[in-house]
Amino acid sequence: MAIPHVLAHEHKDNVAVVVVEGVTKGMKLLGVVTADDSTFEVESKADVPIGHKVALTDLKKGDTAIKYGADIGRFVDGVEKGGHVHVHNLKTKRW
Amino acid sequence: MASKYSNLTFNGYRRDNGRVGVRNHVIILPVDDISNAACEAVASNIKGTLALPHSYGRLQFGADLDLHFRTMIGTGSNPNVAACIVIGIEPGWTKRIVDGIAETGKPVTGFSIEKNGDLKTIMEASRKAQEYVQYATELQREECSIADIWVSTKCGESDTTTGLGSCPTVGNMYDKLLPEGIYGVFGETSEITGAEHIAKARAINPEVGERWYRMWKAYLDDVIEANKVDDLSESQPTKGNIEGGLTTIEEKALGNLEKIGRTSKYIDILEPAEQPKSGKGLYFMDSSSAAAECVTLMAAGGYVVHTFPTGQGNIVGNPIVPVIKITANPRTLRTMSEHIDVDVTGILRRDMTVDQAGDSLIDMIVRTANGRMTAAEALGHREFVMTKLYRSA
Repeated sequence: MAIPHVLAHEHKDNVAVVVVEGVTKGMKLLGVVTADDSTFEVESKADVPIGHKVALTDLKKGDTAIKYGADIGRFVDGVEKGGHVHVHNLKTKRW
Repeated sequence: MASKYSNLTFNGYRRDNGRVGVRNHVIILPVDDISNAACEAVASNIKGTLALPHSYGRLQFGADLDLHFRTMIGTGSNPNVAACIVIGIEPGWTKRIVDGIAETGKPVTGFSIEKNGDLKTIMEASRKAQEYVQYATELQREECSIADIWVSTKCGESDTTTGLGSCPTVGNMYDKLLPEGIYGVFGETSEITGAEHIAKARAINPEVGERWYRMWKAYLDDVIEANKVDDLSESQPTKGNIEGGLTTIEEKALGNLEKIGRTSKYIDILEPAEQPKSGKGLYFMDSSSAAAECVTLMAAGGYVVHTFPTGQGNIVGNPIVPVIKITANPRTLRTMSEHIDVDVTGILRRDMTVDQAGDSLIDMIVRTANGRMTAAEALGHREFVMTKLYRSA
């Protein structure tokens, strides 16, 4: 298998983690869902550092982010598929 | 049923109380902050001893004082310690700690400074410390079963790669070694927030799960809700977590819980620094998510090897317990390789399975138990940090 650029945990996840350095805007990213090693593709809409997340679908304010197949917070701003997901558009639902 | 892990052995130090250590330290333990100087002087006089200076031990009371004694006695009682000198300002609390450590059967002597002064205390304690070092250095390692090892875990400077790689590696190790009869422990109470429903369900039975939930909720209500001024951004998750791509506490919690694997269940809840009393198996210790505090508490609980997944590169060590660092982050491996013991970056490249990574960690636990210095030991990381529950009187 080619080395993946992004990894999602579960098929339900709507965000995936960049696991290589040097991802830039416009790159076609190879993704793997670690639950079953199935693959997908997503085009990066931003320069995204290793460890940071990209959206796997268009998401709008108020949507829930899903990772590990579970709720990891609420979008406070919209983000398009392939866009950078982090503290500027995603917040905790706790404290 | 025997597995391929059942026949694993390591060479450790079997102590009088039956526990097995993987190190053979002679420690000089201050009862209180003002006795640090005498302890450091003794450790300077007598080669091969180690002083454990700390900041507390005066005018504490109630549960906070209980925790102080539990941490002191637990540290001295840890099987990685061969013998112990205790120095305090006065004889009463000094004796209380000496008596607690003496229950293990190991050599321990207390000294108090009032009516003696630092210099006389240092001279007398140094003579005893020399005797202890010469005793300890004649002790021999013997072959022990893997079941004799107690392994703790806590992650730090986590990022999204810890939940993908290094935490599942620890979880895989527990899924393989807990059935062989080891003791395990995880903790980090605040850091389960967002995954508390999953953690509660991983108790051995609903009664233990309910006790776990009440412990978690008590910290949330009594400490976080009572003291917070914002959404804890930059504290939990930390600034380093956010730099590494973790956005919310829920995301961090789900990654954290990967450390207990797929099948492991915890059998009991421990107070901070409490030693397990319910037999072999996995425990949850009510503890801070700050690395040095948490590892210090788990060491006081009697654990002899610590497994530490890191993403961005936490560099913590402990004076008496070897801390094994595991990373899946290729940038951290490249820029901070001197801090990493187990490389599981292959999980992210999909050329290493979690099963293989778990085996690689088990191999490193055995090598470390046999005496291999961890990266943190070689680099001199000896963070000994006491947990304090509230202001002293």
